Amino acid sequence: MSGAPIEVVRWSGLSIASAGVAIALIVALAAGPLFLGANAIDKLTTLFIYVILAVTWNALAGYGGLVSIGQQAFFGLGAYGAVRLADAGISVYPALVVGAVLVGLVALPISSFMLRLKAGEFAIGMWVVAALAHLLVNLDTLVRGETGTSLIALNAYAAEARHALTYWMALGAMVALIGILFALLRSPLGAAIQAIRDNEEAAAAVGVRVMRTKRIIFVLAAFGVALAGALWLATTVTFQPKTYFSVQWTAYMIFMVLVGGLGTFEGPILGAVLFFAIEAWFGAAGVWYLVGLGAAALLFALFLPKGLWGWADQRLGLRLLPVGRWLKIDGADLLATPEATEPADRSSG
Amino acid sequence: MIWINQIIQGVLLGGYYALIACGLSFMFSVMGIINIAHGSLAILAAFALFVLADQFGMSPFLALVIVVPAMAALGWALQRLVLERSARAGALVPILSTFGLAIVIDNLLFEQFGADTRSLAPYIGSFSYDSWSLTDDIDIGQLSMLIFAAAVILLGGLQLFLSRTPLGRAIRATAEDPDTVGLVGINARRVNATAAAIAMATVGLAGAALAMRATFDPYAGAPQLIFAFEAAVIGGAGSLWGTLIGGIVLGVAQNLGAQINPQGFFIAGHGVFLIILFARLFWGDRGAWFLKPLRRA
Repeated sequence: MSGAPIEVVRWSGLSIASAGVAIALIVALAAGPLFLGANAIDKLTTLFIYVILAVTWNALAGYGGLVSIGQQAFFGLGAYGAVRLADAGISVYPALVVGAVLVGLVALPISSFMLRLKAGEFAIGMWVVAALAHLLVNLDTLVRGETGTSLIALNAYAAEARHALTYWMALGAMVALIGILFALLRSPLGAAIQAIRDNEEAAAAVGVRVMRTKRIIFVLAAFGVALAGALWLATTVTFQPKTYFSVQWTAYMIFMVLVGGLGTFEGPILGAVLFFAIEAWFGAAGVWYLVGLGAAALLFALFLPKGLWGWADQRLGLRLLPVGRWLKIDGADLLATPEATEPADRSSG
Repeated sequence: MIWINQIIQGVLLGGYYALIACGLSFMFSVMGIINIAHGSLAILAAFALFVLADQFGMSPFLALVIVVPAMAALGWALQRLVLERSARAGALVPILSTFGLAIVIDNLLFEQFGADTRSLAPYIGSFSYDSWSLTDDIDIGQLSMLIFAAAVILLGGLQLFLSRTPLGRAIRATAEDPDTVGLVGINARRVNATAAAIAMATVGLAGAALAMRATFDPYAGAPQLIFAFEAAVIGGAGSLWGTLIGGIVLGVAQNLGAQINPQGFFIAGHGVFLIILFARLFWGDRGAWFLKPLRRA
């Protein structure tokens, strides 16, 4: 492929190799329950759920430019949907997925007016939606207010089988969502959504269908978070509305994405792994741990808005799972300049 | 009769919402920033008043003499250290940085004061429950009336300040075009820091009002932010008086909701906010900001 003096590249040797490693890792993880202990399985399930939260929030904020402080609405509704469907007699594991799909459908009408709000208005507006969703779920007698309820149907499974099933489902959900986002961001829609983030009026002017594009990413993020909420319910069994509709979930998402790298594809995955490790080490520190999370989010927002991955990417040109394109002129990479790291996507629009 | 009472109490509650929303919409209209830490800062002021009253035996009203200027200084520092840098990085960064700040404030307060709910009511004697009886069913609390009056005076004062004083004109000019004002000798950075100081001073007053009329705890900041935001958006007519109307609509809706169902207080509040938002989207200007920048103050 050295013939053309100027070529547009999507894959490099490094990114092909890293995609191969990622696939090998997924296969190894899929075999996890065969050789890992119950504790490790539970921990990894938690990690997968964190990754889902991080990548979906990043899709919304980092690519779509939609900072929501109300994603806990969908997290709680996903768990509530599973409780409701299981109560109606639907088999429990399918109920987790069906519930998340229903939440995605609920997100559709919500999107049609929340997406007209801008920046901070959208952020807090979503928080209001979450508060209202929490109150309405509390009205359901099945939930018994803040006392909550449990996903009793899970008791039909032996403990070991339940942990393994939840693990596989969390792994599958994580891989599927990352795969969907990867394909989506590499498609023309990915270029459109980033164009909207960078300048909505200009994007509309060149023919991007702003509302439809935003809506796709909003509903997908809502579905992903709802699935994460349902999976969280499968690991903890109890459903207390206060826990699920807590803004702390969004705080975790923001922390993971800001530290890992807002608007980078690999960053949020790194952020989720870091958050998982930090929680394991410092979670016991209670309040100071939360102060630390808040302070880290504040400092990253101010001084390193592209996070650790963005910082490394600018220096090293690491692109393990590339969603963009870049130019090679006479075989020489143009990645060294920071400007060349994200943008060239426009060409596919 | 009970409904009339609920409406009257709702209007008075609206005074408090106007008080807390005032700083939020003022800051937005000048700098285009929605400060997510707004509610947490009001709770910080409430705790500062609580410490002065509890540890040093000061009257909460006297303690305001210390807390309001301290909040103003904090506003100045907030603008210089956090908001200015965030705003330069784009529209999304201020949301993220002030959200991080809110988490820090909430949890530091929790670390210091624990989960107990507090109130300043015990420190203001019978004033917290003294009232005037209009009829057998309708009492007007003196404290609620004072808070309502404070909101009206504050909003009116801010309005006069913006329209009649040189600094007010400089703030309006900076809100209009922060780059161009430099040409006519206005230091936009200083003007913005002053505006942030004014906004935080009003947050100090709002924190005092909340602490005297109700209870608060370290995590009470988030609902205050939401109420302030709802009042500001419902009012959102570009003038500060809109904020008072927004607060009253919110307060009345909540009190009527509470009359229907025990959980109705919050549901009706959020509901009326979303309905008004919805109505504006389909009959008003689509896709525009709902909090309006200052134009004709």
